[in-house]
Amino acid sequence: MARKISNRHKTVATIAAWLVAFLIFFPILYTIITSFKSETEAIAGFNLIPSWTLESYSEVQSQYNYFKPFMNSVIISIGSTILALIVAVPAAWAMAFTPTKRTKDVLMWMLSTKMMPAVAVLFPIYLIFRDLGLLDSRVGITVMLMLINLPIVIWMLYTYFREIPVEILEAARMDGAGLWQEIWHVLTPMAVPGIASTMLLNIILAWNEAFWTIRLTTTNAAPLTAFISAFSSPQGLFWAKLSAASTLAIAPILIMGWFSQRQLVRGLTFGAVK
Amino acid sequence: MLAILFWEEDMRFKTFLLGGCSALMLASMANAETITIATVNNGDMIRMQKLADDFTTKNPDIQLNWVTLEENVLRERVTTDIATKGGQYDVMTIGTYEVPIWAKQQWLLPLDNLGADYDVADIIPAIAGGLSVDGKLYAAPFYGESSFVMYRKDLMEKAGLTMPDAPTWEFIGEAARKMTDRANDINGICLRGKAGWGENMAFLTAMSNSFGARWFDEEWKPQFDQPEWKNTLETYVKLMNDAGPQGASSNGFNENLALFQQGKCGMWIDATVAASFVSNPKDSTVADKVGYALAPDNGLGKRGNWLWAWSLAIPAGTQKADAAQKFVSWATDKAYLDLVASKEGWANVPPGTRTSLYENAEYQKAAPFAKMTLDSINSADPTKPTVKPVPYVGVQFVAIPEFQGLGTTVGQLFSAALAGQMSVDDALKQAQDAATSTMQEGGYIQ
Repeated sequence: MARKISNRHKTVATIAAWLVAFLIFFPILYTIITSFKSETEAIAGFNLIPSWTLESYSEVQSQYNYFKPFMNSVIISIGSTILALIVAVPAAWAMAFTPTKRTKDVLMWMLSTKMMPAVAVLFPIYLIFRDLGLLDSRVGITVMLMLINLPIVIWMLYTYFREIPVEILEAARMDGAGLWQEIWHVLTPMAVPGIASTMLLNIILAWNEAFWTIRLTTTNAAPLTAFISAFSSPQGLFWAKLSAASTLAIAPILIMGWFSQRQLVRGLTFGAVK
Repeated sequence: MLAILFWEEDMRFKTFLLGGCSALMLASMANAETITIATVNNGDMIRMQKLADDFTTKNPDIQLNWVTLEENVLRERVTTDIATKGGQYDVMTIGTYEVPIWAKQQWLLPLDNLGADYDVADIIPAIAGGLSVDGKLYAAPFYGESSFVMYRKDLMEKAGLTMPDAPTWEFIGEAARKMTDRANDINGICLRGKAGWGENMAFLTAMSNSFGARWFDEEWKPQFDQPEWKNTLETYVKLMNDAGPQGASSNGFNENLALFQQGKCGMWIDATVAASFVSNPKDSTVADKVGYALAPDNGLGKRGNWLWAWSLAIPAGTQKADAAQKFVSWATDKAYLDLVASKEGWANVPPGTRTSLYENAEYQKAAPFAKMTLDSINSADPTKPTVKPVPYVGVQFVAIPEFQGLGTTVGQLFSAALAGQMSVDDALKQAQDAATSTMQEGGYIQ
């Protein structure tokens, strides 16, 4: 029987949720506010009222062309997500519907690769990229981001697929569906919310990835993370310019996240409440 | 009618000429060699990028690609690339710390083809010395700096003192305490406290030189257990506790710059390049009240100033060495200084690299701190940085590969001592242990 929740509890819970949401969002908000300050204001101390100057945006745009790294970010994040899904959907299907006694171990092993600090494999990866001629190429960095996010994508899809009754797939098989038809015509439509949220999350992860994108690119394939990094200065004030660059870099993904929040939340909580 | 015919003929000829020129330009661009330049984000470097059209106009067969990165990321990226011969960069911006180490590893090309007009002899000797190995120049300085005292003339006067051109640490201590006015949020002195080999350790190592301390003796034995280091660190911590700003252990160059510009520091000892920031009325509230003096000494013959130059070097793995040398020559030659002066004024010329700049009356007029900067640079000797002999090169650093890690570890200990998290004695003892362990692992000592 569902427990009754009083209005007072609801109000308290809502306020608490808004408070937590505000705390999480505050660093982003402050970055946006700082981007509208002058450099002197930016370093003067905590202040929520900027002078609303666009000087930093103008300087950022005059120093670098925003469009090129923006397009690289779009290509790299969407490309790596599509590649990851192509590999991950069959892998997750196999583990969800035809598990072996080693499936759990394989899943754990995949996840464990995320636990290793990236810097530990920087040199080997750099040498491989050098020998394959992939340094500063969009193909190289797209494949790299696909590989580093693949464990999470497989895990998420595996979790969603496990929620789909196996009997439906068996019924499809009895109706004469082949493996590909089963995945494409039966499984995929049912798992669309899960696949969509996995896709969105992977795009966000790839968009924000800063370690490999800065280290494996120079000019041709450099995305927005490299663009931001260019505005930190060892000698001279740079906080307002850095904030303006950060705001420009996060704006597209923030807008995308805002419009797709319903799908994102539905996907992330899929199967969490029965 | 005839006029129209001639006009049409003329237009056809012009169109033909224009088409020919465009085709030639496209052809030359198609054949153009593109060099990639890795650099840091500071005013002088950004200005160079804006003026780079001058280079590409003079060298239409060379195109430029710029990669601007945060200092530490740049250092890590170029180190990875050069060590693996990745070939991502044709010109690298590196400092006086990297040059001797990388040149010895044969990672850099000697700059022996900078052109007949390139005046190597005009490079300030102290800077050229820091960028040369066995008499060969391995990097050309783009801008150089030392460190000196920037002080508020009005506050000094209010304290009833006169800043000498060459102060002692005793005078600096006395002035800092007298200038401190906590009620009005004025700190007598602002010094670096943020941990890092290029942050607090740049300042403290330079300061320790004037106290007669050294990182290692001639046998590479660490020297943090010697009285000179104790004297240095005790003086620094006590001075900062008495007259420094709150939370000084988090302050680096930029934080102190902001404090000074807002009128919250009586004195600031830091990079000479800061003079152009604190004297700029657009950003600084105290622009017309700043005086300059040499870094302090203790009467031992060495001053507490450092020597640094952001320089352009060419990695040995580049396939475009000739184009890269042409670019380095353009960016670091005397003619570049004239170009900057003609476009942006003498005050914006990159300082600290060429003797002739400091003999230029127009520059002296535009930069009142010019003489003090040159005197500071000239008084630093990377080969004899401190009072006693040392086996290493470098004024505010030790030019060995292990220094980046060790310097940062020691910097964290000294920053903790400043924050009151540990005593000076404990910080020095742990620094000695860390240095001994590092030098043993590196095979310098048994």
